[in-house]
Amino acid sequence: MRKLDYAGAIREAMTQEMERDSRVFVYGIGVPTWSSIFGTTKGIPEKFGKERCFDTPISEDCMTGFGLGAAIRGLRPIHVHIRVDFMILATNQLINMVSNYTYSTGGKLKVPLVVRAVIGRGWGQGAQHSKALFSNFTHIPGLKVIAPTTPSDMKGMMTAAIRDDNPVICFEHRWLYWAEEDVPEEPYEIPLGVGRILRPGKDVTVVGLSWMNVEARLAADILAKRGVSVEIVDPRTLAPLDEDLIVDSVKRTGRCIIADCDWVDSGFSAELSARINEKCFGMLKAAVKRIGFAHTPAPTVRELENEFYPNAKTIVHAVEDMLGLEAANLDGEDFFSHERRFRGPF
Amino acid sequence: MSLAREPLTKATAIQLFKSLYLARRSEEYIVKHYPENLMRTPMHMSMGQEFVCVGVCAALEGKADVFASYRSHAAFLAQTHDTDRFFSELYGRTSGTGEGKGGSMHLAAPDQGHILSSGVVATQIPVAVGAAFANRQLKTGRTAVVFFGDGAADAGVFWESINAAALFKLPVIFVCEDNGYAVDTPREARQMSKTLSDAVKPFGADTYDDDSGDVESVYGLAKEAAAKAHRDGRPAFLNIKCCRYLEHVGIGTDWNWGYRDQATVEREWIDRDALKMQRARLAKHQVTESAIAAIEDEIDKAIQASVKRASQAPIPTPDRLHAGVFHEKA
Repeated sequence: MRKLDYAGAIREAMTQEMERDSRVFVYGIGVPTWSSIFGTTKGIPEKFGKERCFDTPISEDCMTGFGLGAAIRGLRPIHVHIRVDFMILATNQLINMVSNYTYSTGGKLKVPLVVRAVIGRGWGQGAQHSKALFSNFTHIPGLKVIAPTTPSDMKGMMTAAIRDDNPVICFEHRWLYWAEEDVPEEPYEIPLGVGRILRPGKDVTVVGLSWMNVEARLAADILAKRGVSVEIVDPRTLAPLDEDLIVDSVKRTGRCIIADCDWVDSGFSAELSARINEKCFGMLKAAVKRIGFAHTPAPTVRELENEFYPNAKTIVHAVEDMLGLEAANLDGEDFFSHERRFRGPF
Repeated sequence: MSLAREPLTKATAIQLFKSLYLARRSEEYIVKHYPENLMRTPMHMSMGQEFVCVGVCAALEGKADVFASYRSHAAFLAQTHDTDRFFSELYGRTSGTGEGKGGSMHLAAPDQGHILSSGVVATQIPVAVGAAFANRQLKTGRTAVVFFGDGAADAGVFWESINAAALFKLPVIFVCEDNGYAVDTPREARQMSKTLSDAVKPFGADTYDDDSGDVESVYGLAKEAAAKAHRDGRPAFLNIKCCRYLEHVGIGTDWNWGYRDQATVEREWIDRDALKMQRARLAKHQVTESAIAAIEDEIDKAIQASVKRASQAPIPTPDRLHAGVFHEKA
């Protein structure tokens, strides 16, 4: 098998589906331009032409309705937003229209629409280019929400999303685009709604969302040196959620830390925590702990960014707290920073 | 201004009358029976402005993909003539357009060309642009038509959609049912442009204005607009002045709200009501009074039969609540 990065996995899934099905097309602000959404659309305009890969006006509201109209009349659109922050302009269509037209027409309309949203911290991105907003969308019935972490998961889940007859929102953390691993060349589907244990362990479950699985892996390596065994569970699909996988893991370890790359207050971590408490009450050895952004807008200056964003260090200290261990000196450890692209594998 | 055109054939004149009469009588039924509280869905009545949808849908001869607002009744009936599914949905029955889950604001019969109607102002407009794109890609030969009020032209997405349709060279037919009010706020309090057409034209759409209140005029205009839109690969914007006879939502009149004057509305609109006008026109086509009465009687009976079927159709069982949030592969 050959190595492929996360951006390449997206590109390959889209390309293969566009070859397989002439109804699939991809569009959005900047999609066919040289910057090609972190390389995820590179080569697609040349291969499929302007009718199947095109730029749009900066009209997110309209262009989301456009995708809905194309979807319910027989096409299979993929709409790309280079920042989730800009997708806020699309929420009228996503929440008031896209999510409910299958239901309120008694199933007469199907909406095979994929919406890709780039999330996450970059280099001093500040308050308007750095959000995740998972729970804004998992809150809405009728939307499927995915946030794959690994390149092989991404390829299989993007393929499944394109073939799905329902709207699927795909969150892509920008720091994952360079992650590489072995990815099968042929098209394949990973079913939506099925999570994955990224690393088996027995002392504590870390449920990681998107990028935070990378941080969780770093944390698990550090903790392993002290004899602490961390299980990392990646839900992969946030809605519909593979609750059983998470609950089974937490029942085995008796401890759970949720590591989110989003705000904690009313965030997706709150939903996870509630469900774990409902299903694991009496089997928990400690209260569920949530890790996420500080409850402030995202700052720009690096020193405050480092306070705002959680990382592997945050996870290590949370595990130590939960297990009643002394805080380790982490000075010798190598933590991730923007200047060092993460290349995987997981 | 309406353009001078050839008079329509007798058959078309009768067809338009039937469609107008169907929409009017269906809503008169609703007005009469709404107080029974069995149709429990907010109704935004089309009464008075039915001629807009009737003229446009008839002109497109069933080849329209119709997108409508919450003022959905006339658009739905003009396109589908399906009083069975219409009343079933209003009564919340499994035989309705959305098995009772949609109601008056969410009527949808995509197999008959009424794709959807929507309850949030202007939300249906961009959907029509995407449908036009799909129709072009899939070579369906159908025309995307979107109905909306002048209030929707306050919304940014209206302008985004006009721009996108022109940019992508899509023959979308934008039809503004210009009744002059957003609920009870007049256009002057909301929009600066002299006319909407003046503002729309520079985006690259062909614009058409009509203040005739006449279904045949709208029919002719829509035919011309659709033909040109397809020929030139451009959107068309039709601004059709009309009058909502009843209140914004509900079955009552709103003369006591103080925003419009009953005598003026009666003089300018109700006295030259499109249905009355079309009925009178049939006489000129040598359709006898008894023949007209027979047409009316047939439609009245069809409405009664639909209402009866609706009232006898099953109410959704509680298990239907959770069914159909997602589309399942057959």
